[in-house]
Parts: sequence; structure tokens; C-alpha cells
Amino acid sequence: MGRFLVKRLFLAFVTLFCVSIVLFLVAQVMPGDVGRAILGPYATEVQVRALDHQLGVDRPLLERYSTWLGGFVRGDWGSSFLLHRPVASIAFDRLYNSLILGGFALLLIVPTSIGFGVLAALNYGKWPDRVISVAGLSLIALPEFVTGIMVLVIFAVELGWLPASSHVPSFNPIDWFRQLLLPSIPLMFVLFGYISRMARTGTIESLRSNYVRTAILKGLPRSTVIWQHVLRNSLLPTITVISVQTGYLVGGLVVTETLFNYPGIGKLVLDSAVQHDLPVLQATVLLVAVLYMALTLFADVLYTLLNPRVRLAA
Amino acid sequence: MSAPHPSASPPATGALAIDHLSISYLRRDRVLPVLTDVSFHIEPGEAYGLVGESGCGKTTVAMAVMCYLPTNARIEGGHIRLRDTDLTRAGEAQLRSLRGNRMAMVYQDAGSALNPSLTIGRQIAEVYRFHGGLDTTAAMDAAAAMLETVQIADSARMLRRYPHELSGGQQQRVMFAMALATSPDLLVLDEPTTGLDTTVEAEVLDLVARLRSKFSASILFISHNLGIVTRMCERVGVLYAGRLIEEGPSREIFSTPRHPYTLGLTRCVPNRIMRKDAHRLDPIPGSLPPLGLAVQGCVYAPRCPIARARCREEDPPAFVSGERRVSRCFYHDEVSGIPRSEEALPAIGGESAGGDLLRVEHLSKRYGAGTNQVVALDDVSIELEAGEILGLVGESGSGKSTLAKCVVGLLEASGGEIDFAGRPLVRLGDWRKPELRRKLQMVFQNPDTTLNPSHTARRILTRAARLLSTAGSSADVERQVTALAAAVQLRPHHLDLKPSFLSGGLKQRVAIARAFAGAPALVLCDEPTSALDVSVQATILNLLVDLQTKERVAYLFISHDLGVVRYLADRIAVMYLGQIIEIGRAEDVFSPPHHPYTEALLSAMPTIDESEGARIKLSGTMPNPANPPTGCRFHTRCHRFLGEICREREPPWQEDGEGHRYRCHIAPADLEAAQQEAMSRPAKDGNRPEAEIRA
Repeated sequence: MGRFLVKRLFLAFVTLFCVSIVLFLVAQVMPGDVGRAILGPYATEVQVRALDHQLGVDRPLLERYSTWLGGFVRGDWGSSFLLHRPVASIAFDRLYNSLILGGFALLLIVPTSIGFGVLAALNYGKWPDRVISVAGLSLIALPEFVTGIMVLVIFAVELGWLPASSHVPSFNPIDWFRQLLLPSIPLMFVLFGYISRMARTGTIESLRSNYVRTAILKGLPRSTVIWQHVLRNSLLPTITVISVQTGYLVGGLVVTETLFNYPGIGKLVLDSAVQHDLPVLQATVLLVAVLYMALTLFADVLYTLLNPRVRLAA
Repeated sequence: MSAPHPSASPPATGALAIDHLSISYLRRDRVLPVLTDVSFHIEPGEAYGLVGESGCGKTTVAMAVMCYLPTNARIEGGHIRLRDTDLTRAGEAQLRSLRGNRMAMVYQDAGSALNPSLTIGRQIAEVYRFHGGLDTTAAMDAAAAMLETVQIADSARMLRRYPHELSGGQQQRVMFAMALATSPDLLVLDEPTTGLDTTVEAEVLDLVARLRSKFSASILFISHNLGIVTRMCERVGVLYAGRLIEEGPSREIFSTPRHPYTLGLTRCVPNRIMRKDAHRLDPIPGSLPPLGLAVQGCVYAPRCPIARARCREEDPPAFVSGERRVSRCFYHDEVSGIPRSEEALPAIGGESAGGDLLRVEHLSKRYGAGTNQVVALDDVSIELEAGEILGLVGESGSGKSTLAKCVVGLLEASGGEIDFAGRPLVRLGDWRKPELRRKLQMVFQNPDTTLNPSHTARRILTRAARLLSTAGSSADVERQVTALAAAVQLRPHHLDLKPSFLSGGLKQRVAIARAFAGAPALVLCDEPTSALDVSVQATILNLLVDLQTKERVAYLFISHDLGVVRYLADRIAVMYLGQIIEIGRAEDVFSPPHHPYTEALLSAMPTIDESEGARIKLSGTMPNPANPPTGCRFHTRCHRFLGEICREREPPWQEDGEGHRYRCHIAPADLEAAQQEAMSRPAKDGNRPEAEIRA
């Protein structure tokens, strides 16, 4: 287990290093000029150059990269060009908000998807299975901006039940639903399809296995067979899918946060890209990458802990 | 002549009574009968064997008894009674209280039958919790006691193990522990030892025999292996195409069969005195009728050597004769007189021109590095003449397949030399000349996975002919494909079918024809018949012998079935933990003095044609090849262990000067005396077939 962790951590760092290079290059070649973007169209060419020099964006590429990465590793993420605040504090504030939204969506949709997936498997080939499978596939096919606009129009504009623009909720659970339900629906729709499909496939496979036959022929009650023998094995692959999809969730956050004007990290990424706020953009995207790595690693460790064959072999 | 009897079994009320059971499968609106009017009774404490080829309905009977038929199966009629309960009418709740409690089942492949993510303790304890009403702690204690009963040592620690940490034999013991936990009335065993090594199989069968004296369960024992059924059961029923065609005491039924099918089954299997140069195997002609085919008269008539007009018109009733013998054959009195088929024996070609075709010297194969290094082959040397068959035997993990793969070039050997036709071979097949690759071919165990499922048999053979042979024009290729198909007795219409539409035997024939496309000099056969039914196996073995004599092909024939190897091989090599521990002419290897490991393998062999001998029990399982024992590798399990010398010094080769050699510290004369004595001790008749061979 220790060796496995060390190996995975090492690989994660290599990946992050590669991400940082790609990210830095992409940010540099983005069209437009940093000084111009900040100062606006009416500034003179001299003013723009002066600002560029002050910000350091006119220095050689390699030098800028090493300065930036060194700073990132030390925790000095620089200051926002526009907001004149330390990038770290902005990014972590926004990350916190996004975790609330993403966590809310996951908390609701993971048990629901697994439940429906298992229900479909137990009714394999019958109508509940058909309905759940078709619904799941249809929801995967719909992109977030379509479902997002649909729920926005229906529930916020037409029916006026929930606000069109969401804020970070207070500790009141009713407020959670009020603020977070609409922006999390597009995220949940996509996750539902993937997770329920995986839960369904795993459960069907497990139901057909010899060990489930053994359990039934031991005369165990159906509920024991399902809870002890089927689900324990069938949900293992689902855990991997959830972790991969959680990473995907970050992409969805960009869309849904923009749509509902929610102050999360997704909106921050988009805004800083549009406004050429390079320190913010680079730091937040790299932060997202770190987060993604951590989630995948966590899922692998969890999978290992739950699967004795892997756990004891390591 | 005996009178027809309405029921196949005497009307007794046994532990299990199956009466006139008929079952069909519904497939796309068609009703396909799988069992037709099957009746038999099992007395309390009795072991009843059920034999027949695959597809005869053996497993359907087992599943019907456990009331676990697939959803498309329908019971058309008849009753299954467990003591006084009619299982065909039992509801779900009643079934739950019966299953695992009054009737239990153990089947093939215990590895997949145990839940991989629960400890075995928990899986055994479940039975006590649900049927015995014990709480968790008491159930665990009971599970520990049960593990001791099935002879798993150190039960407290074993309870916390997961299934994958156990050996195949231990897993099957756990299955027995679970099945016997509640001391059921009926134990259904469906091929419980298939897939296990011969030595492990013998251990498990010994365990079953021992458990029978402790528990009073009746046993329904399903197996394709007639030897095992003879050893384990008092009575045997023979199923053919869903009908019970013969029944009787196990000792008599195979020695004096009263149904041509039973006789056919016994003649497919090579017995102790059969050798390929003197005896031809008698495969049953034709094949099992497809499911759902309406048959008039006797189902076996199309394959029967003594069928007459009456057989094709009337369904034969059950004839009861003698002491509990039943046969569904009008002419059951004539069965004993059916002659063996008069097929001409192939003329064995003249003596070889001398010189070795294949010479493997000091070959080694290591996997991994450092402390994890596994030595799969350790200093292996063998030689093979042109047209010779070398049998390669040993338990799984002994390195048999690794050796074959190194020779054929699928694996790269780590050291040593392979000479082929006098020239050193490049280690990896990719780097060998096409001419050499053509001369060295391989036939694998499972034709399902070796043949491309989306190609027809013709396309597979055409490709092989084009790539491997010297045939140039497409007309030549076509002619060669036809010739290849004819050589392995494939009918022309088989050629246009894809593998999934061919039976296992036909698929293996395609695989063999493919290997022979380039007129090979050496064919490596890795368990080519172990997935096949006995009658198909007989056909394939005859075919291999024909090809050997006609084409002067040499084989390296890997098999765990010693009976087959003895029949087929000219010489035999025995492997243990990556080493050759004995090699020599087949008759020398099979008779003392031979390596104690060979002796143990031989004694583990179940047969139908001899009285029970005392079996040599090997202690423990094969050691981890990553950490092989010092001195003689076999000393940890050897029943003829001498002491320090075996533990400390590698044994020398004992050679007799005529090509037979084995590695053991015991002097040949002493070993021979001890082994002769051991062989004659248990045999009551004192006249073992080996003695006949040597006389």
C-alpha cells in the first residue's frame, strides 16, 4: 500500500508538472495584450508598455515560467492584475463556494443514481430498467448549457419559484436548496447518466456471478443477498466512475456558475480568461488540476481499501 | 431376458426421489425438451453418480433439485421429493429454509463461487446465522470448528482470509464446509473437482469420502469422469440426451454395461493397458442430437452399433434386470458382445533416422527481479526425435506451458539453448525465419479463444495455408485447405461456419488443421483435449496418432491426464516447480523405480478398471516458486523423505543407461523395492495391470 501511494503521488506530480507547462504556454499565446486588456482601449501605447514592464509580461518566456512555478510552489501566487488582491485568497474563496455547490450536487445525485442503477439492474429487461436506462442516456446527451437554460427559464423566469441568480447559501438548509438546487441540476443530469449506468452494469454482472448463486443456494434472504453479496462487489467500479466524473464536474461548474452568476471557481476561470488576468487564470487552473489529481488518488485508495484482492496484493 | 418396468428405479422413498421429471427450455417461442421422463431415487446416506457427455442434462438435474433453474426453464411434469417435501411445489420462503439447510450444493470452480470481498469466515458463518439462528460470535466459532472438519489447519487465522488467498483445493474445502454446516439431508456435487490438479482432486475426493462417514447426507454426484464416479458412488445413472438410459451399481455398470452408450463411454477412455501402437480408441460415432430435435424411437439409435428397425420406431422402456440394474435398450443382453471397432491401426513408421529434432539444454525462464523473482523454468533439458511424442506432465504452475511457449517462441527464455533440426533457435518467434516458424506450431487448450470468432473455418485455414505453406496459386491453396479439412475429418459444410457454430470438438479440429497447414515438424499441444468430452477426446487422440504416423510429426504433448499421456506418449517428462524431475520411455516412467512425485501422481489417478488402491497423499500444496525449497525441491511434500540430505543437497540424476533418469537421493534398487511393496499392499487381487505389462 505504501509503495502504491508513493508511486501514485510521484505520477501525480509528473502530470501536474506537464499541466503547468501546457497551461503556461496556452496562457501566453492567448490573443490580446495584458496591458491593453487592463487599461482599456483609450490608453496610450506608452502607458501599456509601462504596465507590461511593471507586470513583468515582457520578460523572456522561460524566466517568467520559472518565476511563476517557483512562486506557486512556495504559496506565493502573485496578485491579480485587476483586483489587486493576492491570487491565493481569491482562488480559495471561490474554490470554497464551488465546493459547496459541487458537494451539494454530489450529495444529492450519487445516492440517487446508484439507487436507480441498482433498481434497474434488479428489474433487468423490465419496464423500470428501460425507463431508467433511456432517461440516463438522454440526460448524458444533453449538454449543461441546454439543461441549465431550460431549468432557468422554467423555474426561475416562468414559474418564479427559485432565484435566477444564485448566491452562496447561509447555514439554513432551506437556503441551500433555494440557492443551489437550480445551478446543480445541470451537473446532476450528466452525472446521473454515467453513475446509474455503471451501478446498473456492475450489479447485473454481480447478480449473474457464481458467488451470488452460492449465496442464494445457501438459503439467504433476498435482502442479505443483495446488500451483502451483490452491492459490495458491484459498486466497486462505480466508485472509480464517480471520481472521474467529479473531475468532469469542474468543467460543468464553469458553465453552470456563469449561467446562474454563482461566485465559484468556474466563473473565476472564465472571467480571468476573458479579462487576461493571467496570474489568476494560471493559478486557478493549476489548482483545479491539483484538486482533480487529489480526487482520483482518493478514489484509487478507496477502491483499494474496499477490494481485498488489490489491498492484500499491494 | 428381463421384464420392462414402468419406473427406472424401485419405488422406494429415498432421501431424494425424482419421478418422471421432464423439463424444457423456452427459446424464441420454441419449446426445447432437455430432460424427458427422468426417474431415480437416492437412499439415505447413499452416493448416486450421474454421468454423461456435456449437454446431456446433468447440470439441469442438479439445478432442478436445488430449484434454481434458469427463468426460461419449465418443469413439464414429474416430481422431485426431498424426504417428504415436494420441491416442485415449494414456494420461495420454503425454498429459503431448505436451501443451505436440508440440501446444499458444491460445484465446479470454487474460486468464483466464493464472494471475493468477504472473508471466508463470514461466508461460512452466514449459514449458521440464518439456518442455525446463532449470533455472530457463536456462528464464527461454529465456522472455525467446521473448517477443522474439512481439514483446514489454523482455522482461527483462516477465517479472516479472503478467498483469493486460498489455494484451489482449500477454496473447495471451504465450499464443503459451507455446504455441510447444517448437516443437510442431500448434498449435490456438480463436477466438484473439475479444474483441480490430479493430486488436489484426490485430496478433495478423500475428504468427501471421509465426510461421508461423519455426515449422513445422501450425495448426488455429477461428473464427466467415470473413474471418479466409480470411486465415489454406490450407484450410477447414465444420462443421454435428457434421458436416463442406464442405471446400476457403479462397479458393475462400467465393467458390464447394458446400454451401448455406456459401453461407448468406457471405450473412449484409454485404460491402463492401452497404448497407441497396439490399441485404437473407440470414439462414439456422430454427435449428441441438438436440443429440441423430435426423435422417434430410441434417442441413441443414430449412433448405436446394434440399432435395428425396432429401435427407430419404438421408444425402449426401462428393462430391469439383476440386482438393481436398469437399461433402456431393447437389446441390452447383446451389449457385452459388441466388438471394438475394426478400424485399422495406423502403421507406425520406421525407426527415426536418428538425431534429435529438438534439443533443449539448460533452459531457464525468470520473471520479475530481485526478491520478487520467480523462476518458472530452471535448467530444463529435454530432447525429442522426429516423429516422437514426448508427454509433459506435472501440476499447474510446474512450468509445462512456459516450456512450450519458450520453444515455440512466444516467450523469450532467460538462458540456455534450444536447438531445432540441428541449428540453434533464436529465442523469440518474431525473429525466427518464416520457414522455422512454419515447422514449429502450437495447439492450445481452448479453441474458443484461439480461433478468430468472426472468421469462417475456411478463412482460418486459407489464411494459414497462404501464410504457412509453400502453396502458391489460389487453386493450390484451396486444394490444400480441402486436404487439411479431410485430414482432420471436417465435413465440407463445416468449413463455411464460424467457430461459434461449431462444437468444441470440431473447433479443436480446425485448430489442429491450422497447425498442420505448413507441414510442421513439431507441434506443441497444450492440453488440447482437456476441455472436450471423452468421445470427442478419443477422436482427437486418434487423429493426432494418425497425423504422427502419416506426417512423421513430433509432439510435445502437455496434459494433466496421465491416462491420456500414457496412451499417447513415447516418452514422458515430469515437471515440478520449473524443473524436469524425471524423463524416460513411457513404460519406464510409469513403473518403479520412478520419482516419488511421479508415484504420487499415478496413485492419484482415478480409473474404472481396477480395484481401489491406497492413495499416496502429498502433504501441503506446491511451494511458492518465488521461494523454492532448498535441496530437493520436492522434499517438503515427499512421502519418501529421507532426512537432512533431501533438505540440503540437490539430488543426483539416477540413470539406467537406457534414457530413463530421475532426480532422487534414494538408491534405485531401494526405491523400486519400496514402490513395488506399496503397490501390492492395498490391491486385494494382487494382480495389478502394471504387472501384466511387464510380464
